[in-house]
Amino acid sequence: MISIRNLTFSRGDRKIFDNISLDIMPHKITAIMGPSGTGKTTLLKLIGGQLTPDSGSIVVNQQNVHQLSRSELYKLRKKMGMLFQSGALLTDMSVYDNIAFPIREHTQLTEAMIRTVVLMKLNAVGLRGARDLMPSELSGGMARRVAMARALALDPEMIMYDEPFTGQDPISLGVLVQLIKTLNHTLHLTSIVVSHDVQETASIADYIYLISAGKVIGHGTPDEIRNTESDWVQQFMQGKADGPVPFHYPANDFGHELFANDTQQ
Amino acid sequence: MKFFQLIGQISIKALAKLGRAGLFFMSILSSTGYLLFRPGLLIRQIYSIGVLTFWLIAISGLFVGMVLGLQGVYTLSTFGAESSLGIMVAASLVRELGPVVSALLFAGRAGSALTAEIGLMKATEQLSGMEMMAIDPLKYIIAPRFFAGFISLPLLAALFSASGILGGHLAGVDLLHVDSGAYWSQMQTAIDFNDDIINGVIKSIIFAWLVTWIALFEGYDAIPTSAGISRATTRTVVNSSFAILLFDFLLTALMFGAP
Repeated sequence: MISIRNLTFSRGDRKIFDNISLDIMPHKITAIMGPSGTGKTTLLKLIGGQLTPDSGSIVVNQQNVHQLSRSELYKLRKKMGMLFQSGALLTDMSVYDNIAFPIREHTQLTEAMIRTVVLMKLNAVGLRGARDLMPSELSGGMARRVAMARALALDPEMIMYDEPFTGQDPISLGVLVQLIKTLNHTLHLTSIVVSHDVQETASIADYIYLISAGKVIGHGTPDEIRNTESDWVQQFMQGKADGPVPFHYPANDFGHELFANDTQQ
Repeated sequence: MKFFQLIGQISIKALAKLGRAGLFFMSILSSTGYLLFRPGLLIRQIYSIGVLTFWLIAISGLFVGMVLGLQGVYTLSTFGAESSLGIMVAASLVRELGPVVSALLFAGRAGSALTAEIGLMKATEQLSGMEMMAIDPLKYIIAPRFFAGFISLPLLAALFSASGILGGHLAGVDLLHVDSGAYWSQMQTAIDFNDDIINGVIKSIIFAWLVTWIALFEGYDAIPTSAGISRATTRTVVNSSFAILLFDFLLTALMFGAP
């Protein structure tokens, strides 16, 4: 479905991705995990064609995303749903209008048909009763579910989730995990979940890529990843405070710095 | 050496920004066709940018006109020329104060709101979200706001001048007893449609372009954090005020400079 080859991308002097390659299988949930700040969101924006890589290619459905014309890219994006971390709901529209928005913009459906589609999508995420609320009246978990319904509005073939579990209470977390899994299964979607919530992500992913410092550190099914010998992977999966990723941000010798202050005075 | 480096850096940054702003403007222009099919988007923005600024402009215009009336009578009476009050009030409003003051007020009221709105939409990923839904935010969000500002400001400037002329009448004629007939008839004979009114309208059209362009670009180019948006909003008001006054001088020199 998606194949990324030799992708390199940098922001300023910092290399976010250094020659990485990965494959996303159709109709599966692929998780991309790694510490905060490794550019997981950037990867989704590269796949969606919002950013252009320095080198390498991203091929979605046999189309190279960064060689498409603007109208071809927009056509491809209609097949991609994306769930932003913040939900990215349009704040001046109700929940109902938010979900109807892409349908109204891209199709010629009558309002009656749009209503049916919107109610179906809202029912799928369990928020049919919240259709008249404004985005500001929603809790974080509800906003993410509405955004999910909106991402599904155009019946995409794939959907990308950007940190869907971050900052959720246990109940919303359970709901979101369940939703991502069932939606993927019932709608035959290809899902990409970008996350650093190890337990939740590992419980639903079919395949996991671990990314750190611009490289793919490990990949495999959740069980394969758990049994990897790599210290780094073990530290990440078990959430140990110290290990290959040190607890301390690089600094000079502590004793030296303490006394350096005395000599200055 | 450091000094020249600094100058170089600042100029390169400024030029790059101007370039980005230019491209941004071109892409707004290329969205004009889309708006023809979606007049609803434009009308909604004309309401929030133009109609909601109505009372601010009308009342400010009234007060400015009243001050002109009072000052005018005070100065003109020294020469026994109170009857020329109408010319003085109308000429200063239509040529200068109408376009300039209404553009400054517009930059403060509508311009800053536009920057903050667009900047916040960027910060909350609403613009990226639209792009991922295959809806171009330049067409859907930016272009309607640009043309709404472009249409609203010249009308608001006309409103400012009109209510200013009424204000001048209120202060000069009703309060200080200048002859009402003289106020209107002197105005009608002395104010030239092409020289005064059309030139004022041209000014306000150019100010409208400057203010909405600056406001939208600053919002679109803002660093999407609270500090970034607050700086962008400040820049909108400062830069557009500066641009308005600079262009006012240039345009006045062009229009009225040659004897």
